[in-house]
Amino acid sequence: MAREGLTGSRIRERRVISGLKQADLARHVGISASYLNLIEHNRRRIGGKLLLDIARVLSVEPAALTEGAEAALIATLRDAAAKAGLAAAEAERAEELAGRFPGWADVISIIYRRIGALERTVETLSDRLGQDPQLAASVHEVLSTAASIRSTASILVAEQELTPEWRNRFHANIDQDSRRLASSSKALVSYLDAAEGDTEAASSPQEEVEAFFAARDYRFPAYERGEESLDALIEAGAELRSGAARQIARGILEGLAQDAERVPAEALEDAVADCGIDPIALARHFDATVACVMRRYASLPERPSGLIVCDRAGSLIFRKPVTGFDIPRYGSACPLWPLFQAIAAPGQVIAEHVVHLGRSSAEFRCIAVAEPVGNVAFNRAPLLNATMLVVPIPMGGDAPAPDLMQVGSTCRVCPKAGCDGRREPSILREGL
Amino acid sequence: MGKHVLLVEDELNIIEAMQFLLSREGWQVDSHSDGATAMDRVRQIRPDLVVLDYMLPGKSGMDILKELRADEDFSDLPVLMLTARGQSRDRDQAERAGVSRFMTKPFSNQEVLNAVRDLVRAQAQ
Repeated sequence: MAREGLTGSRIRERRVISGLKQADLARHVGISASYLNLIEHNRRRIGGKLLLDIARVLSVEPAALTEGAEAALIATLRDAAAKAGLAAAEAERAEELAGRFPGWADVISIIYRRIGALERTVETLSDRLGQDPQLAASVHEVLSTAASIRSTASILVAEQELTPEWRNRFHANIDQDSRRLASSSKALVSYLDAAEGDTEAASSPQEEVEAFFAARDYRFPAYERGEESLDALIEAGAELRSGAARQIARGILEGLAQDAERVPAEALEDAVADCGIDPIALARHFDATVACVMRRYASLPERPSGLIVCDRAGSLIFRKPVTGFDIPRYGSACPLWPLFQAIAAPGQVIAEHVVHLGRSSAEFRCIAVAEPVGNVAFNRAPLLNATMLVVPIPMGGDAPAPDLMQVGSTCRVCPKAGCDGRREPSILREGL
Repeated sequence: MGKHVLLVEDELNIIEAMQFLLSREGWQVDSHSDGATAMDRVRQIRPDLVVLDYMLPGKSGMDILKELRADEDFSDLPVLMLTARGQSRDRDQAERAGVSRFMTKPFSNQEVLNAVRDLVRAQAQ
């Protein structure tokens, strides 16, 4: 569905809220009621003067009609459709569902995410049972001791002709085994209790970390000024339920403190005002790396931007979303992102003007660079992290680039036709 | 002299109970607690049946089973595997490796005796 897809649903919703009849609104803006009906059912595109007129009559900002439904909600619905194997024609109606039935769409989204979280919990528990050597050894110890007690007790009960020597030996064995069982079962319970925090986490550690940063709008001014300690920050992070999440967040925040020392927020604001969003010039100005400057830029208030970091394996290890640039929650991202180009050319700063083929077909300036991490060693390629800053280009802003690159979120929900990077078929009809 | 059973098990009290039960049934019973040298013991005494624990020090019961099946002298030797790992994938793995019978702990004495009798009877036919 085109980016205007939801606009009609929102017009209808606003009109109903305003208490206007379809015919009244149509008359006010000089169109027929039947044409407005087509618009409201997302069967006709709308823009320009007609959109402005309708917004004026409904007393809303035009943007309120063209934006609003959460991109994340649409993306989740599409994910859910993909996973359920929904027919393409139905899957394409995710936006319409979100627009016309926002409550139900939320319910589907919440349940879908909950199922995903539970699947991961099951996977974690299954891995633990199958792979955790300490747990396997503990369970083996408990069950083997129980087997011994059961077998020996059965002999004592069933065998009436046991000699006193055998009877005494078996009594001693049961006494010994029962002590072992008490000890090993207690140890097992302690082990499970200690792991409970991780097991109960209904989401992955990465998601907990993302929730932690999102709840703080990716900004930590008191911490940057040294007015709040790292420990206090982590301690106060209710989103960080698992030990793994706290460890990941700690690592990111330690890096943030170093970045902030080199590139203070206020100084960066001033520098951006002078030389614009030019990470190379800013890096030179602050004697910092390009990635450092981009991380700092992404934390500036009032400057909408996204930030994505991946490791050399292409796994996304940090995501700060920005409206219109969908980042897949699960699975692999679009291989066309400049982020992944950067991995192939460490140190080279890649700048691309891209259009994201998502709900809004929004345009962005993406700047990416891969820089080494960890210690350097002879004859060994360094580990890399690639960082990509995603800056929205306002509609009617920059002139369209002649070599505008089309990118998506992930293949299953990307409509791009004939894409060389496609890993699997899209659930959407190509060319949407 | 009855049929010869080798218990490869590191729980000494289980060995003692099994030895008592099987001896009373007329079996000649030997035991071995170390996975790493279990194959040497099998080759030495050439038992009619092996009762094999899954988790053993030195080498796992699964590895011992694979070695038995790879040795043409023991490729048909009945093996009763006892395990605390009841997961279906462990059972599948053991069956693919050629286990004759798979039994999870804690088992009943009668289950073990029946399994041992069945396996030796099947081998004789």
